[in-house]
Parts: sequence; structure tokens; C-alpha cells
Amino acid sequence: MSSSFAVATSAISTGDRLVEVNDLTVRFVSKDTTIHAVNGVSFTLAAGEVLGILGESGSGKTVTLRALMRLLPEGRTQIGGTVRVAGHDVLGLSPGALSRVRGSTIAMIFQEPMTALDPVYTVGYQIAETVVRHENVSWAEARRRTLDLFEKVQIPSAQRRLDAYPHELSGGLRQRAMIALALSCRPSVLLADEPTTALDATVQIQILLLLRSLQKELGMGVVFVTHDVGVAGEIADKLAIMYAGRFIETGPVTPIMRAPRHPYTEGLLASTVHGAMRGQRLKAIQGSPPNLEILPAACSFAPRCPRVADICLAGVPPEVPTGPDRMARCVRITQN
Amino acid sequence: MTYFLRRLLYAVPIALGVTIICFSLIYLGPVEPLDAVAPDDASPEELARLKVEYGFDKPLPVQYLIWLGRAAGGDFGVSLFTRRPVIEELLPAISNTMMLAMSATGLAFSIAFALGILAAYNNGRILDRLFTGVAVVGVSIPNYWLSIVLIMIFAVELNMLPAMGMGPTGSRDWAWDVAHLRHMILPAIAISAIPVGIITRTTRACILEMLSQEFVSALHAKGISRARVLVHVVRNAAPTVLAATGIQFGHLLGGSILVETVFSWTGTGYLLNEAIFKRDLPILQATIAVLALFFVAINLVVDLVQTWLDPRIRRT
Ligand SMILES: Nc1ncnc2c1ncn2[C@@H]1O[C@H](COP(=O)(O)OP(=O)(O)OP(=O)(O)O)[C@@H](O)[C@H]1O
Ligand SMILES: [Mg+2]
Repeated sequence: MSSSFAVATSAISTGDRLVEVNDLTVRFVSKDTTIHAVNGVSFTLAAGEVLGILGESGSGKTVTLRALMRLLPEGRTQIGGTVRVAGHDVLGLSPGALSRVRGSTIAMIFQEPMTALDPVYTVGYQIAETVVRHENVSWAEARRRTLDLFEKVQIPSAQRRLDAYPHELSGGLRQRAMIALALSCRPSVLLADEPTTALDATVQIQILLLLRSLQKELGMGVVFVTHDVGVAGEIADKLAIMYAGRFIETGPVTPIMRAPRHPYTEGLLASTVHGAMRGQRLKAIQGSPPNLEILPAACSFAPRCPRVADICLAGVPPEVPTGPDRMARCVRITQN
Repeated sequence: MTYFLRRLLYAVPIALGVTIICFSLIYLGPVEPLDAVAPDDASPEELARLKVEYGFDKPLPVQYLIWLGRAAGGDFGVSLFTRRPVIEELLPAISNTMMLAMSATGLAFSIAFALGILAAYNNGRILDRLFTGVAVVGVSIPNYWLSIVLIMIFAVELNMLPAMGMGPTGSRDWAWDVAHLRHMILPAIAISAIPVGIITRTTRACILEMLSQEFVSALHAKGISRARVLVHVVRNAAPTVLAATGIQFGHLLGGSILVETVFSWTGTGYLLNEAIFKRDLPILQATIAVLALFFVAINLVVDLVQTWLDPRIRRT
């Protein structure tokens, strides 16, 4: 459609490993306590692939996502492991180099576009600003590209909307503007943190479809965080189920949805299997989420697990292969 | 636009209220107004004549309206002491205080804005504690005491700056030159201490609040430079900080009786001080009324500017 999209992504050739995360740990340290938010997450993502991260509130999804951009409060945060994005060692970059990667190679869509956009600047300005920063073009050219982007994300009366302030747009349009912002410099990796949670059901579907088609068209690798099993099934190629800062089950989306192996995944899916899947929030599984201030030396899910046994308390369960490209961290995996 | 008009209309009753209070001051004071204007040895006939001349025989509301009508035309009567029209005493005083207030506000804003931003960006660290400490001290120390300390250090000990007056001896009018500005430095510092404290705290709190907002994360996620992010943050904090600055300016416009007296800065504070000692009611009344109206006006302007700076209010 527009020239800025004629080229596919600017992905540096890294084989099928656009994103490579190895043993990522994130801790928030304060005077009185340490929160173990992410405790050893590893995954890879290829260009054109969508990874869905699914998990209940507080499981560490947002923190994982932000760690991929090193977008966590410095000073209070300890990050371990390695994160490679399109060939960049994200955790080792200098601040200047990091800011060149952010927004251009790796971009993020936030959950609440109302709070993620600066309220006192027009949306057009906020996007053009990003384009000027990374693409080395004039403001006039950046503005023209912003208009193209608005059309790309199907914002009606795009020209007029450029000069709108965030509060003047509806929730759906705001999220479209946010998507336009994220895509403005043709990133090869897109991070989406529950981008539809704050929207009405019908708008949710439109935004999902838009994201899916843009992702296909641009060949981006996407990490998509959600609460919603239905949404995850809709958009993801592969799934990671997150619990207490760990991926406790990973694999291609269909096999996992059809036959979950980890008791936690089973519980999650069981609560949404009947009736409509989409739009349904994860029903609380019995018991409460673990306290992240203590890092247990056992399976974190054990206290809530229907199949708990002594062996579960012996140590953190290793990754157990459960099929092609699949694994689950459970020592009592149901064989079938 | 309608908001502007509405806000303007709201200011009218407030302004009227203020003038009523100022007018009633005469009757709230310990002295009978007639006694204040009459010579001590006035005969009963003379008293009766003065009563009519000053309108004290009319009902209060009528007296108020007459006073208000004259005041609106700049006629606040005659100083009981110098016998000159009040307005002639008042205007130069206002101008002197305003110059001092503007300089002090400019000084306070420049210092406090920088301190507040640095404190917020170093939240909890040594620099933050230091600047927050400075802010607390600024608000807490009495400014007349600070004036005296400043005079002792810079005028008496170091002999660097003049301690009194508004210009070199022989100079009758103010001029924006070095010789006159030297006289302004110490009083300006003395009265800017409280504004520095308050604006620093406001800036720090406001920037900290902004920094915790999601949009700042989103700005970093776009990869723009730290300096640009700071511009966004400052632009968001601006209405609040400017409002705080405007209110401080309003306070300073009132003039500080003590500081102006200590430095012999012949502004409204100085004038008030003299009027109080000499029981010069017309001066007192007029000065307080004008200052109070200034304060109302400043608040109005601050409100309008704040509104105008925030697109969320501006466009609705
Ligand atoms: N900046 C921070 N400082 C301290 N603790 C934090 C910080 N950010 C997140 N946490 C903690 O880390 C844990 C994981 O949070 P995270 O936001 O990743 O959860 P989530 O899976 O995204 O949940 P939700 O679905 O509610 O968004 C939570 O216990 C949270 O309180
Ligand atoms: Mg989250």
C-alpha cells in the first residue's frame, strides 16, 4: 500500500532465531524484600512466528515482555540470563545503542493505549517523533508516513485524526494508533501486552484480526501476552503457559489446546473449554497464586495441584518432553 | 472559550466580596473611623461636619457603594498622614513590590524547577534528600530572619551588597542597571526562599508522578533519547508547576511587610507597615483591596493558563 511497507521487515538474518532468550531471571530488589518475578525463562522466536504467553495475573508475563526491551526500572531490577533480539545482546547494550534498537527493531504495544500515549501531544506527533528518531527523515516526511500508517491500521478520516489528542479518540482507535506507533519503523519483533484486554468484545476481534494480518504481511515475530485462552488460540502459533515466573508448558498451539499435559494448563483450559472460548477470562483455579517473595525449591504449583505427590516437593521440576516441540515442567505428567 | 468566560464570571463575586471585606476593615478595627480622621481636639461641630464630609452619616451599604465607585475610578481618598491622594502613594509602592516580586519569582522558579527535576530523577538518593532538605529549610525559615542573616553576611561582613534602600544614594527613581539591581539581590533572595521550597516540592512530586506513568515507559520503548523523554515529562508537569509558581507570585505581590521594612524597600509591605503605625486608614484600605484583587486576578490567570496548557480541558 504505502512505500514504507513495500519492503518486508528489516530483520537481520539470524536464521530462524530472531529472538533467543536464555534462562532469563528478573528480580525486584528493595530494602525489605525481593520479588522473584521471572525465574528462568528460555525460548526462541522465528521471523513470522507468534508466541502466545498465557498465564494468570501476576505470573510474570509483563515483566518477561519488558525484559526483552530492558524496559524495567533500573536500579531496583536485577536481570539475569541472556536476551538476543535480531542479533543484539539486549541486556549488554549501552544506553545509546539500546535506544536505537527500541522502537526500530523491537517495538511494543501496551495494554492500555489511554495511559501509554502521552496525553498532551497529538497522536500524529507522537508517531512522527519516532519516525524522525529512527528513520532519519524530515518532520514533513515523517508526518506523511504517519498518515500512511494511519491508513494501514484502518483509522477512518486519517488526515484529521493525526491532529487528535489521545483522549479525543475512542478506545479502539487509540489502540490502532498505538499499533501504528509500534509499527512505524517496521520492527522485526513486536511485543504485545494484552493489547485487547481494555477493549469491547467486538473491537477486540477487529484489533486481533488487524494484528494478525499486519503480522503476516510484515513477517514480524510477535510475542503476544494474554489472559485469554480464546485470544491465545486465535493468534498464536505456539504457546507458553506461565506460572510463578516460569514457562511450565510450551509447544505448538493446537496440540496444547487439544491435550494439555501440565495439571495447571489442564485447569486453565478446563475452565474455558465449554461454551465460547473467546472473551472468557481465565477462571481462578483453586488456591491462590504463589508468593513471589520466596523462591521455592519445589514445583510452585504443588500447593494447588490436584495430582501433587511427595516427589513434587523434591525440587523444581525439569523440562519433560511431551511431544514434538513440546515440554512441560511436571514430574507427574499424564501419559496418554 | 466558554470555559474562559465562565471562569471570568466566577471571579466577579469573589472580587466584590474582597472589596466588601476591605471596606468593612474600617469598622472592624479598634478605632472609630471618625476618630481616626478627626484631629484629637476637634469640636463637636467640626466632628459633625467631618461626619458628613466623609459620608459616615449614610447607611453602610451606601457608604460602600460610594467608596467602591470612587475606588473604581482610582480615587481612594487622601492619606490621613501625608494628605496626598492615596493613589499617589499606592502606585509607586505597587510598582516597587511588583519588580521585586517578579525578580524573586523568576529566581525561585529557575532554581526550584531545576532542583525539583534533579530531585525527582534521583528519587531517594543523596541528591534528592539534599534538595528536599533545601526545600524544607526554604519553607521553614522566617524570611525576616533570613533577611537579617543575609545583611549580616553580605552587607556587614563581606561588604559586597547594600543592605538598605532601592538604589544608590541620590537616585530617586528605579532603573534596571547594575547599581540598582545590587539593591534588589538581597531582598529578592530573602523573599524567594519560600517559593523555592514550595516550587521545588511541587516540581519533584509532579515529575515523580509523571515518571511512574505508563506513557513514560512507552516513550522509552519508542527509543527516543532521554532528553526528549524529559521534554515530554516536563511538558506534562508544566501546568501544575506553573500554577504553583503563579500562586507564589500572587503571594509575593502582597509584599512582605517585614522584609520590605528590613531592607527599606518602599513597596506595598513597607507602605502597609507605615500605614498601620500611623493608623492611616485610607491607605490601609486601598492597599489591602488592591492587593487582594491582584491575588484574585493572579489566581484567575493561573487557572486560565493551566487550562490552556492542557489539551484535555482546552478542547472540551
Ligand atoms: N516494577 C516492579 N517492582 C516490583 N515488583 C514488580 C514490578 N513489576 C512487576 N512486579 C511484580 O512482579 C510480578 C509479576 O508481574 P507481571 O506484571 O509480570 O504480571 P502479569 O503476569 O503481567 O500479570 P497481569 O496479567 O495482571 O498483567 C507481580 O508480583 C508484580 O507485583
Ligand atoms: Mg501484565
